[in-house]
Amino acid sequence: MIEPGCDVSVLLRERVLAAIADKTSLNIIGSSSKAFYGRPAQSEPLVVAGHRGIISYEPTELVMTARCGTRLADIEAVLADRGQMLAFEPPHFGPDATLGGTVATGLSGPRRPYTGAVRDVVLGVKLLNGHGEILKFGGEVMKNVAGFDVSRLMVGALGTLGVVLEISMKVLPRPEADTTLLFTMTPDAALVQMNRWAGQNWPLSAACFDGEVVRIRLSGAQTAIAAALQKLGGDVLPDDEATSFWADVREQRLAFFQGETSLWRLSLAPATTQPDLPGAWFIDWGGALHWLKTDQPAEAIFQTAHILGGHACRFRSPLGGEFQPLSTGLEKLHRNIKRAFDPHGIFNAGRLYEGW
Amino acid sequence: MNHPEHPAEHIAHTVDKAEFLRQLSQFLEAGNILSAPEAMRPYDCDGMSAYQVLPWLVVLPDTIEQAQAVLRLCYQYGVPVVARGAGTGLSGGALPVANGLLLSLAKFTRILAIDPINRSACVQPGVRNLAVSEAAAPFGLYYAPDPSSQIACTLGGNVAENSGGVHCLKYGLTVHNLLALKLLTVEGELITLGGAGLDSAGYDLLAVVTGSEGLLGVIVEVTLKLLPLPETAATLLAVFADIEQAGEAVAAIIGAGLVPAGLEMMDNLAIRAAEAFVHAGYPVEAAALILCEMDGMVAQVTADLVRAQTILFANGATEVRHAQNEAERKRFWAGRKAAFPAIGRLSPDYYCMDGTIPRRRLAEVLRGIAGLSEKFGLAVANVFHAGDGNLHPLILYDANQPGDLARAEAFGSKILQLCVAAGGTITGEHGVGMEKINQMCVQFSSGELRQFHALKAAFDPRGLLNPGKAIPSLPRCAEFGALHVHHGHTPHPELDRF
Repeated sequence: MIEPGCDVSVLLRERVLAAIADKTSLNIIGSSSKAFYGRPAQSEPLVVAGHRGIISYEPTELVMTARCGTRLADIEAVLADRGQMLAFEPPHFGPDATLGGTVATGLSGPRRPYTGAVRDVVLGVKLLNGHGEILKFGGEVMKNVAGFDVSRLMVGALGTLGVVLEISMKVLPRPEADTTLLFTMTPDAALVQMNRWAGQNWPLSAACFDGEVVRIRLSGAQTAIAAALQKLGGDVLPDDEATSFWADVREQRLAFFQGETSLWRLSLAPATTQPDLPGAWFIDWGGALHWLKTDQPAEAIFQTAHILGGHACRFRSPLGGEFQPLSTGLEKLHRNIKRAFDPHGIFNAGRLYEGW
Repeated sequence: MNHPEHPAEHIAHTVDKAEFLRQLSQFLEAGNILSAPEAMRPYDCDGMSAYQVLPWLVVLPDTIEQAQAVLRLCYQYGVPVVARGAGTGLSGGALPVANGLLLSLAKFTRILAIDPINRSACVQPGVRNLAVSEAAAPFGLYYAPDPSSQIACTLGGNVAENSGGVHCLKYGLTVHNLLALKLLTVEGELITLGGAGLDSAGYDLLAVVTGSEGLLGVIVEVTLKLLPLPETAATLLAVFADIEQAGEAVAAIIGAGLVPAGLEMMDNLAIRAAEAFVHAGYPVEAAALILCEMDGMVAQVTADLVRAQTILFANGATEVRHAQNEAERKRFWAGRKAAFPAIGRLSPDYYCMDGTIPRRRLAEVLRGIAGLSEKFGLAVANVFHAGDGNLHPLILYDANQPGDLARAEAFGSKILQLCVAAGGTITGEHGVGMEKINQMCVQFSSGELRQFHALKAAFDPRGLLNPGKAIPSLPRCAEFGALHVHHGHTPHPELDRF
């Protein structure tokens, strides 16, 4: 059942003003489904799950606005009713995952390389900043270049710049049909083949490689998929198995993702050959996202990702999360930006990087 | 037209020009520096040619190291810097400041790499938009954002303005098609934003810098995403006797789950002007026409066209033409693409607006514009990126008629306020620049503007980069607000009045 809406922005603002006065810091929490992600929180919880509800949804505008505490599952159900979807296929990592947490972590699922990420669909936000001010940036229109793009800056900021109270985002129509194909390949051949396909006109909506088998998902009109099937070959995965497979990739329920070994996320140029690091690999995003299970030291992994022009993060681990170190110039900019939004250092201190 | 300068946005300095030139000549050849007024004249405006300011100096470095040295020197002396690409911008974003240095990136014209398997291109900021697609074409790839100035406009400017084009609905703006930037900070430090992958560590500074109109840094290298060239593209031209029906047809197409590559609308005056200019075969009696383009795989395009045609007829189209060949498809688009110069033939001058509105408010906003047109006594033609709600009303006026220009500006300002009131924005793709600096005071509150200024200061604490553009000062808004009391409410009531 979809929960009724509720606006508690006044209360949240009071909590922030009190934190400013008391010089305390707050740790913003939705449902804690992604609490494992990022560096551990140290401060007082500020629960925002009560600030919930879809504020507006106009299918013919492809735009929805919802409060941060709205359950992702509720949003997806409302969109599905009108034949639409969140095209970035967000991972939930828990039954009560919220929209706010999705934006704060900036994580996107298998469809990301083909239809864009969370940051690509965010059109506007209402923000509670570190002065306790409620401010609006962006809007509900597709094209808007008035003022700096503060809305997209919030995506992936892990709540360090303020409480994102409301989010307006672009939604997309669900494809008429999906089909998943299987191809057995070597790792080198898989990376080349996935990228060749991506450079052609196939209606791709996902492509992953588990070390032995490439699975690609095609989405679009029935006739287009039929035409693609004829030319691509491969084995068709039955629809129900395909649906649960991609959900398991998105939610990290595959056997690969289980166990206590640290799970690393490496974001690289899509045709990058498998990096020279010992461990087990799973490749998503047509090659642009490498999952690595390894007990290698963090420095070695960060160094490898840096040399390859990408970045890494320790995604799930008993050691906690850790992000790729920033260059000196970038770190200074990050600290300046943090101060610009949260001069008293109230929000999510240390969640992204140590010291701020 | 006097550009709306404000004393609160002026960065004062008392640097001796001869001494500054001597310092520049330490690392730049004489040919890279312009200081004579006649030599600097070509730089006194951008595509918003109604505003003109002669810069203090113009420099055209050849290398990133030289550009770094220029910025370090300006930072040391407190001299404002305005970066400039091809100067095709329509909002005065590259308008010089009288005591500032104009930093032209015109010599950065190399395509550094095309990476076909990773589908990316690495280019210098002075590379023209269309040149990227031309260089990528042999690999079956192209760069999707296609602003109408794409023959001339350059990638550095595209990033600074977050340029759009007619294919935004399906393929997004510049911000959706970037992988990485190299940026020089105001202090001349070279930093890389983004990376080879689809995301990067830390804040999404790639998004913040895109569309920041030269206020946060100087872009010296751009890595772009390339897409496969569509197997086919097909275009429908639908004729409507009623403009509101045309608006409903657009909503119905989107609501049915179609995402056209382009979805454009023109009103009767725009249709007639375009037809007289390029003879595209447009129906000159129509109240509105819609161009709907589908691209991609042949089988997908065929399926989409059938659905689109059915929807267009169901929503009152009196005729739907399907371009039978590439020549006819190009002819359909020729009228739309020539709409601005076509209006230019009807009227000595025109003023192009750039508001975006939620599509469902289209009929109401068009009625509002028609009412204003009558009130101000100036004709207006409407060209509309209907798919994404971006409206380009073109106000016809004659700068030689006393008072016409001021009326056109006042009319334009009212249109932008209509867009904001309808839940939209004052600029969809042309940028704020100098042109819409006052309207920013209508769209944003003082708190929001203060937050913008704080973000600006995180990059540029002394405010040397492109001062007076894009984000208005609070004193400016206090004065502008005092002149625009709405229903008895003064915007920015907490500010001192000047």
